[in-house]
Amino acid sequence: MVNPLGKHTHPYIPNSLPEIKREMMREMGIKSINELYADIPEKYRLKKLLNLPEALSEFEVKKHVESLLSKNKTCSDMPVFLGAGCWPHYVPAVVKEIVQRSELLTSYTPYQPEISQGMLQTLFEYQSMICELTSMEVANCSMYDWASALGEAARMAARLTRRSEILIPKIIHPERAATLHVYAEPAGISVKQIAYNSETGQISLEDLRSKISDKTAAVYIENPSYLGFIETQVDEISKETHEHGALFVVGVDPTSLGILKPPGEYDADIVVGEAQSLGNSMNFGGPLLGIFACRDDLKLIRQMPGRIIGMTTTLDGSRQGFCMALQTREQHIRREKATSNICSNEALCAVAAAVYMSLLGPEGLRELGETIMYKANYAIHLLSKINGVKTPVFKSAHFKEFTVNFDGTDLSVKKVHEKLLQCGIHDGKDVSKEFPELGKTALYCVTEIHSKVDIERLAATLEEILIGR
Amino acid sequence: MEGENGMFKQAKWNEPLIFKLGRKGRKGHILPKVEDEVKRAVGDVNALIPENMRRISQLRLPELSEVEVTRHFMRLSQMNYGVDSGLYPLGSCTMKYNPKINEFLANLPTIGMLHPYQNESTVQGILEILYRLERWLTEITGTYEICLQPAAGAHGEFLGTLLMRAYHKLNGECKKRNEVIVPDSAHGTNPASAAMAGFNAVVVPSDENGCVDLEALKAAVSERTAGLMLTNPNTLGIFEENIEEIAKIVHEAGGLLYYDGANLNPILGKARPGDMGFDIVHINIHKTFSTPHGGGGPGAGPVGVSEELTKFLPVPRIVFDGERYRLDYDRPYSIGKIRSFYGNVAVLLKAYAYILSLGGEGLKEVAEVSVLNANYLMKKLKEIEGLTLPYNSEKPRKHECVFSAKPLKNETGVSALNIAKRLLDYGLHAPTIYFPLIVDEALMIEPTETFEKEELDRFVEAMRKICEEAYANPELVLKAPYNTAASRLDEVKASHPRTMALSWRMYLKKNRQNL
Repeated sequence: MVNPLGKHTHPYIPNSLPEIKREMMREMGIKSINELYADIPEKYRLKKLLNLPEALSEFEVKKHVESLLSKNKTCSDMPVFLGAGCWPHYVPAVVKEIVQRSELLTSYTPYQPEISQGMLQTLFEYQSMICELTSMEVANCSMYDWASALGEAARMAARLTRRSEILIPKIIHPERAATLHVYAEPAGISVKQIAYNSETGQISLEDLRSKISDKTAAVYIENPSYLGFIETQVDEISKETHEHGALFVVGVDPTSLGILKPPGEYDADIVVGEAQSLGNSMNFGGPLLGIFACRDDLKLIRQMPGRIIGMTTTLDGSRQGFCMALQTREQHIRREKATSNICSNEALCAVAAAVYMSLLGPEGLRELGETIMYKANYAIHLLSKINGVKTPVFKSAHFKEFTVNFDGTDLSVKKVHEKLLQCGIHDGKDVSKEFPELGKTALYCVTEIHSKVDIERLAATLEEILIGR
Repeated sequence: MEGENGMFKQAKWNEPLIFKLGRKGRKGHILPKVEDEVKRAVGDVNALIPENMRRISQLRLPELSEVEVTRHFMRLSQMNYGVDSGLYPLGSCTMKYNPKINEFLANLPTIGMLHPYQNESTVQGILEILYRLERWLTEITGTYEICLQPAAGAHGEFLGTLLMRAYHKLNGECKKRNEVIVPDSAHGTNPASAAMAGFNAVVVPSDENGCVDLEALKAAVSERTAGLMLTNPNTLGIFEENIEEIAKIVHEAGGLLYYDGANLNPILGKARPGDMGFDIVHINIHKTFSTPHGGGGPGAGPVGVSEELTKFLPVPRIVFDGERYRLDYDRPYSIGKIRSFYGNVAVLLKAYAYILSLGGEGLKEVAEVSVLNANYLMKKLKEIEGLTLPYNSEKPRKHECVFSAKPLKNETGVSALNIAKRLLDYGLHAPTIYFPLIVDEALMIEPTETFEKEELDRFVEAMRKICEEAYANPELVLKAPYNTAASRLDEVKASHPRTMALSWRMYLKKNRQNL
């Protein structure tokens, strides 16, 4: 038996040392590891070495990856005004420290609760804090992201109501809508869109009333909406939904909930959303952190997807403790009758969110919401002064994101984008194709990490590009 | 019994729920300030919010200093057990060492601070990494193209079954082909994923060797068959020798063959699912490619497909024109999206670094040593009284072996669950228990390649002692664990409608009612 790595063992494989292998094989009564592969049919045994780059030392790996990554230009190199479901926020050092604690980082799903109390309590605290923010009573310990959480919510609503139609706003992230469609279609659920008021962007109650029926399983709205404005007719929509026996599902950006009315207070039955914004880096769009919460109603709880941590005591009653609850909903027990197939989730991102919410507390989350709203509206204030620029497109209050329209200029959004980029500024997302009726429009995002100087530079550069040419 | 002499002892802080800590007015983090000029220009920000949409209710979060927050979570972390703590032989979970360099790289701001919608010219580095990772994974699995988007193995399975659906739909057979076949030894996610994509799961039994029963499979396939989902090696750790025949049966019936990649580790560089006739393959990056499980996630579950199925993959696809990397959305046959953006990129980056650290030879070594370790454990554990190895005990296993504690249970009352709990007292994690369902009192053991012989011997020794304890003093084992932060938990209470507390808010509400 020749060690393919020569006389060295690989640092990750302690038993790759030839003497150890020999020792183990002697005890097992075999001469070669290949004897253990004898049952793989000859024709399927790989005869060649995999065509992969040659192994590198740790130093070389580090150099290589760092040099590839340095080709990127990031939000630290230039101000970036992108949001749309993945947002630049500051991640405090404590958050990074805790999620790198190897007892948490390198643990599996807490199937053995006695030795996993740390992770279980942390996830219970995450669930509890999400409940406080959203004003719901039950939250699971994470979904993959907002989009897949919405897909699961639609399926849950259909199971609960035995109905097969979901109403969603016309103004929704196209990737979220696409994901919803993919989750809904195999379950026989059809998705219909509700029109919006062209002045305000708000949901057209008239259109909602014309589409809602006894086939409607759920009505879904987002707050703030995909295009950044606050939907205000929540009580009317909630009432209309419940009068038709449908479930009211609300999607949220949790950074808004320190200052905005939580969906539990307008009778949401299910809340979904994206909590990447709470203590998680953007990482080019993943991992994300899907929120999934519902009311304290057994019918709902039993249909929830995903893992839920519960508070209990030890069997002898001597100590408070935590374990996974309601596992009979899940695939490892219920198999094809499970509420979802989800098993691995985004637990460590939920840990980050728990630490983040603990650091900020009630005051910090209120301040975060206010800071974001101040800065975003300051950007609106400055940009709207530029000739030919209309921002926001809709006459509604905006939280963190807002639309900027260039119909009054002779440049396309793409052209504006290219010119800004040349000046070292990354503008928002071009939504002209998603919403042709809005004309040449982009979706900008401003958070607490954008300084007054960044915002003023954006306005000045934009003005120069549009006017001073 | 607590803290038996010389035994493991986990930290046991009396750490309250965070809601009970802190003092009103304490602060854990200071945000960047809003300049006066900004405030003047915008006016009172709360006045901008329509009155009915303002938050009036008190946000009932704890108020702590940074110091207290750090200490709280630090203490909690000490009451947890990870791969860095010791052997973690959960079968089918491939709990291997998570290299630290990968963590370092994935925490660089040059990836953390990248927004997914940035101009392609500003993200060439990360696109190159993802593109190359796709190529490597196709080479490793013998598939034609890889989609990196699924966030987890089960998410990959969902995508896989959706691809089956799309394929049959294009052939006008979607309505007719509504059955997905799964062996009775399959992971629970397989039937659950099939059901999510609108299929009925049809279960085929295993034969006396623990492999798919070919006669039963022949009887199960029909014109309703959309495909078969198979793990190979299977959940008993046994390689499905008849894979050629299985593939033939399924393909001749017009179905597709799906490879559940949970058990890919032992065949890295030794054999490839694509070569065996699998049309769709998912990979668990957080198992085979060393990324940490994080207490449940995030992982990543890329899906590889044959050439015929590439057109159905989710958008965007990463393409390279020889000079620049681009995201291509123009795929008319694509099933669409299964999530936002492009995948769990920070996790995928760790897999990239892992493959670079090992190369082709190193990956083969990973496979071989994982199999050596599993068979070594199997050999040693077979000698222990009370345990049996069902399904052809002379056949070598691959990455894992599944023992039954049925004799022990019959003779002493000590079950697989009790063994699992007692193992914790020895500072070892328990194996997967009660799975696969076809083994009574199952102990499913996967050591992986990253634990040294000494640690494996420690595990064998602990198993031997526990079985001896069971015969000599069953009470001792039945009441375990003693040395963990908590003793046995009341799991019934946690799920009972009357006592269920799934959040602090729910707990308070219930306990007020009880008063």
